[in-house]
Amino acid sequence: MDKFTTLTGIAAPMPLVNIDTDMIIPKQFLKTIKRTGLGVNLFDEMRYTQDGQEIPDFVLNQPAYRKAQILVAGDNFGCGSSREHAPWALLDFGIRCVISTSFADIFFNNCFKNGILPVVLPEAAVQHLMDDARKGENARITVDLESQTVTASDGTTFSFEVDPFKKHCLLNGLDDIGLTLEKASAIDSFEAKNATLRPWA
Amino acid sequence: MSAPRTLYDKIWDDHVVHTSDDGTCLLYIDRHLVHEVTSPQAFEGLRMTGRKVRAPEKTIAVPDHNVPTTAGRDKKIDNEESRIQVEALDRNAKEFGINYYPVSDIRQGIVHIIGPEQGWTLPGMTIVCGDSHTATHGAFGALAHGIGTSEVEHVLATQTLIQKKSKNMKVEITGSLRPGVTAKDITLSVIGATGTAGGTGYVIEYCGQAIRELSMEGRMTVCNMAIEGGARAGLIAPDEKTFDYVKGRPHAPKGAKWEAALAYWKTLFTDEGAHFDKVVTIRGEDIAPVVTWGTSPEDVLPITAEVPDPASFTGGKVGAAQRSLDYMGLTPGMKLTDIKIDAVFIGSCTNGRIEDLRAAAAILKGKKLAPGVRGMVVPGSGLVRLQAEEEGLAQIFTDAGFEWRLAGCSMCLGMNPDQLAPGERCAATSNRNFEGRMGRGGRTHLMSPVMAAAAAITGHLTDVREIMDAAQHA
Repeated sequence: MDKFTTLTGIAAPMPLVNIDTDMIIPKQFLKTIKRTGLGVNLFDEMRYTQDGQEIPDFVLNQPAYRKAQILVAGDNFGCGSSREHAPWALLDFGIRCVISTSFADIFFNNCFKNGILPVVLPEAAVQHLMDDARKGENARITVDLESQTVTASDGTTFSFEVDPFKKHCLLNGLDDIGLTLEKASAIDSFEAKNATLRPWA
Repeated sequence: MSAPRTLYDKIWDDHVVHTSDDGTCLLYIDRHLVHEVTSPQAFEGLRMTGRKVRAPEKTIAVPDHNVPTTAGRDKKIDNEESRIQVEALDRNAKEFGINYYPVSDIRQGIVHIIGPEQGWTLPGMTIVCGDSHTATHGAFGALAHGIGTSEVEHVLATQTLIQKKSKNMKVEITGSLRPGVTAKDITLSVIGATGTAGGTGYVIEYCGQAIRELSMEGRMTVCNMAIEGGARAGLIAPDEKTFDYVKGRPHAPKGAKWEAALAYWKTLFTDEGAHFDKVVTIRGEDIAPVVTWGTSPEDVLPITAEVPDPASFTGGKVGAAQRSLDYMGLTPGMKLTDIKIDAVFIGSCTNGRIEDLRAAAAILKGKKLAPGVRGMVVPGSGLVRLQAEEEGLAQIFTDAGFEWRLAGCSMCLGMNPDQLAPGERCAATSNRNFEGRMGRGGRTHLMSPVMAAAAAITGHLTDVREIMDAAQHA
């Protein structure tokens, strides 16, 4: 997993609430057995017509946002299925940070496993950044994980909360399976105890 | 004496392997369910790092998401990408030595249906799967939730998950349900009341008389859609119905182990005075047969209502509701019962169990699909299908003009050939009405099996109570 430290980039505004994982990556693209290559199909049904033509109005098709690295989105982003293809598609497109007032639980966790930082901010802050994002290339937003801040193009800075363990893994690009395997002896003793307490399990 | 605990607290406490200073826990996982769509990258990850599956005997795999539901699929799956995924699961199950129900096995079916059916799902367990509807297993008083593929790999390698504890939420349904109202109406009504993010950060315990009165199948329907309300998991304390359901299943404990398990399971309830961070109470008598009108599972209304005006909402929901109505091709103020349908889908991990098929068949018996309406019944497992055939339900469906399919997720997520065409409108017993969910441009109205059956007969969304009344007076 790539580290996430600081990021300064263009943010694409997506004010729609309840953007679900079926919108982020429709089911026909879940048939892959790889993690890569999904960026071209990110938001596929909002981004392309049935015959594959780009829909010019869609934000990521507009010249200013074709290289966006940040999304500023409406409430409850990533609701729906557990498909990790959603963060894979975002990452493959080049999105490393999503800012919203709230995220669905599984999507939120999946982001951290893939070097994407989901930032939760209050509504007024998200609105400020949404307005900033609407300026396209004229606005750059900076996200700093170490200091837990997002800075708008006018210098306004917003602080956000992040789980310390998730922050540590993201800052250092750590593989958490490796970290857990360091606790193998604790798992061994749990299993030994469990074999007596709950032998049916 | 220790502080009173919720059911969730108890299951959590019994599975903590390690707690870090910041409160991050390593949680032991009792059962890991695996399907073909969210697992190939996880197995590949194991291969690349030379890791093994830590507890293959606790890992159960089945292809369900993209398998066709038509005959001959055990010989050949036409869609190449689907075939590759199913073949990958075949290979991974064999290579890593995990329990496996291939497509040719009569026990194959939707992962959340066969887990309970085969007795893998037991009270008090932690159960995960790379699928958001894993919450289904919470009906047994298990802590069950969906995970992403990276976490699938983590569980395969370590049999644990890194977790922070969620908050406790209680959803109480008091009293009894009225005739024509089902578990599906409960779960949709709760989401309608709390919103799709109302449960975010919580594990929900469903309780109250109406929940107690539900069968295990009904309880699975309720818990199945906890995720649609944003909750990590939904669960229901086990009782005699639970134990009766579990007893004798192939992987349920037997003999002395059964007795020991039963004694433990009987401790799985929320203690008097335990703290809930959020409480929602709904009177069972107030719940009507409901349908969804929009493209979010929170867009729920009683069948007697009218399509809402987007202006009646606030904040971001105004725009979202307008977008939903445009997508759904509906205008504010039209009666929900005037919405004509093109298709009916009965199945899914929400409503693909034998009781669901019985309920739908009871409405459809001796009736026909309305002209021009396509109907499809997809049993949740091969064994449900077999039982439905033995009970004569399959005959009722086929006499009514429905297609009688093989088990799988099918049209619920439209990964296999079972899809809606653009603009087609479906009365569905599944769990998501998202844009494009059942096929690009397809329009989904979620409802119970009896409501779907009623719509099948009339060709438009219908209050099943009218059909029940007519049958009574006939």
